[in-house]
Amino acid sequence: MKTMTLAESLATVPFFEGMPQKYLDFISGCAHNVSFKKSEFLLFEGKSADAFYVIRHGQVALEVEAGNKTAVIQTVGEGQVVGWSWLVPPYTWHYDARAVTPVSALSFNAVCVRQKCEDDPAFGYEMFQHLTQLIVQRLMATRIQLIDVYQ
Amino acid sequence: MIATASNPRVAHPMTPVLGHVRQRWMETDDTFTLELDVERSAPFSFRPGQFNMLYVFGVGEIPISISGNPDTPEVLTHTTREVGIVTRAMRQLEVGDVLGVRGPFGSAWPAEAAEERDVVVIAGGIGLAPLRPVLYHLVAHRERYRRVVLLYGARTPEDILYQDEVREWSSYLDVEVHVTVDRATRRWHGNVGVITTLIPRAPFDPKNALAMICGPEVMMHFTVQELHRRGVRSDQIYVSMERNMQCALGLCGHCQYGPSFVCKDGPVYRFDAIEPLFSVREL
Repeated sequence: MKTMTLAESLATVPFFEGMPQKYLDFISGCAHNVSFKKSEFLLFEGKSADAFYVIRHGQVALEVEAGNKTAVIQTVGEGQVVGWSWLVPPYTWHYDARAVTPVSALSFNAVCVRQKCEDDPAFGYEMFQHLTQLIVQRLMATRIQLIDVYQ
Repeated sequence: MIATASNPRVAHPMTPVLGHVRQRWMETDDTFTLELDVERSAPFSFRPGQFNMLYVFGVGEIPISISGNPDTPEVLTHTTREVGIVTRAMRQLEVGDVLGVRGPFGSAWPAEAAEERDVVVIAGGIGLAPLRPVLYHLVAHRERYRRVVLLYGARTPEDILYQDEVREWSSYLDVEVHVTVDRATRRWHGNVGVITTLIPRAPFDPKNALAMICGPEVMMHFTVQELHRRGVRSDQIYVSMERNMQCALGLCGHCQYGPSFVCKDGPVYRFDAIEPLFSVREL
């Protein structure tokens, strides 16, 4: 059985859908496999946003501290992306992300991706288009959440 | 027997028969289920998606969808939320108390048209109640369908209806159940996020799927948008509409929805039939 390369496996991730193969090859140089145990944190609010993740298996909860309790604002699962704060200054996370289950993911080095965006503006534009779609989806979901449709 | 508009043995479909409360229990803080024994001379039957008019004597009459099992219709089951005077009175009924019952009325979920297809049942909040009969049917006749997927969204984990049954359906190897809540604390280990976030990940073939949606209209609006994005056409989508139904016979006009009456032509509509009306405000 042929093992998929990292760039080939990226092509199956919804976030990268439609991205030309040359850019998948390009960005795969910034990625490596990581895993997290259940309850382990992927990132902490206020800390440096030096990576983003594509979840391969498992579930991650995005959380904020609300008074003396923790509110889960969203869960993210297989094929989905955690984090876009690495893209804009001051490059710090706005929430915590905790593994609800054991998680395996692709971790992308943010400095590396940002540098590639600087070096190749066409690639940078492509990345921005994909990230903007993600941000719009999350924004829409947040708006529906705010409507409180079941109230 | 239950009065129906089409049944000549019944004096008049506006005349209720008596339903005795057999059991009542709370599903959530504000949502309860009534089981009724109805005085009838012939077996009662209904199609998933239909509703009855329930009359609390001296208080008022309201439409409530039937949420029981269509294969065991001897006991009439209704789940509703306490939102007004009639439902408040209904919640206070005790075992043995009597209600007026008219029905069943209205159109049904397309269980037959869904055969040999992927069936995606999408419920929001108390919208699971009108969908439960069709879920019973899908599970009981599982071999007739391809993939069966239930996507269910609730406000919080405490608001999830029929928790034991949802858990049971989740345990079936041939039924995909995905539940999400809009808000939660760490005590909840399931999905958090609005129901539309489940649709891109749900396992069904958009070309061959049939979707049945019930929930608040705004939830159905965004759900349809997401199904369209996934490639599901409007003629593959069915929605259950809610309006001010009073006579339930299409006579009084209170539930008029464009050229149709929700009580008679609905509550279940194929989406392409009402799509031009769906985004019209205050209709």
